[in-house]
Amino acid sequence: MSVITVERKVLEKNDAIAQQNREAFREKNLFTMNLVSSPGSGKTSLIEKTIHYTKNKFNVAVIEGDVQTSLDAERVVAYGVPVVQIITQGACHLEAGLVRDAFGKIEKNNFEVLFIENVGNLVCPAGYDLGEDLKVVIVSTTEGDDKPLKYPAMFRNASALIINKIDLVPYVNCSLETLMKNALSINPSLKVFKTSCTTEEGIEEWCGWIESKIKR
Amino acid sequence: MHELSAAQEIVEILHQYLPNPKPDSVKSIKIIVGKMSNILPDSLTFCFEAITSDTSLKGAKLEIIETPVIINCSNCGKAFEIELMLFTCPVCGNNKIKIVSGTDLLVNEIELFD
Repeated sequence: MSVITVERKVLEKNDAIAQQNREAFREKNLFTMNLVSSPGSGKTSLIEKTIHYTKNKFNVAVIEGDVQTSLDAERVVAYGVPVVQIITQGACHLEAGLVRDAFGKIEKNNFEVLFIENVGNLVCPAGYDLGEDLKVVIVSTTEGDDKPLKYPAMFRNASALIINKIDLVPYVNCSLETLMKNALSINPSLKVFKTSCTTEEGIEEWCGWIESKIKR
Repeated sequence: MHELSAAQEIVEILHQYLPNPKPDSVKSIKIIVGKMSNILPDSLTFCFEAITSDTSLKGAKLEIIETPVIINCSNCGKAFEIELMLFTCPVCGNNKIKIVSGTDLLVNEIELFD
């Protein structure tokens, strides 16, 4: 019986393109975040608030990933920032090649911060490097406080955690303390922000952190 | 369902070694799947069979070897295999740990019929 030794990463093609993306982002001195969460936790709202709060401080561009529709891109384009929509046609995550093509459409614009809003899914996007500086995982209080334990790979791979919809805590079965404890047990180095895009609590601190990460 | 795109990448890597495989020539493909790679072995097998059923790779089996998650404590220096994804050292309780194994997703080898 003959055997061919292969020893190669299944996702090596994605990883190679992600590395090219990373170099392209570095060349432009961008701070790039890959926003990951379950559907409806507030990724797009957070981007909207961030753009509104920081419009006099730095320039933002957005790559929107969705399975269908350009509804999110339409929301963000109203703020006058460069935005490009990726429609994955059913695929559950963004891949580096899609991000490369999308970035090509906006790279000529003037911006320092790039948001890549991934498809709403706490499983699949964890395995795909897009070339970002870091992953930001968002979890909303309406999802309960056990999500970090259920989706450990995502919380382990993220650098920052945003607990969103904190204005709803009195009405939902979610303890902020337990949620933080669970998240930090998976990843003690997570930088945690507590936000509400309705009351705007915590948004200023989050925006200040982004500003501190900008490479000028 | 990102197992589908993983299965497509596996086929692509196979074709780099065997550009035109003869029907019934590939016996199996050994795949290393770490328990923290976010890949379900059954789902990967299902997707691989689905996309190869009308090709010369039909009948080739995915032989999936699951590897455990192993963590290394940065405080006491010991290594442990963990079942649940609770990243705390079972000896000293420290949570500053490094994952040393269990995130891999590799095509290891291709076995051919003689």
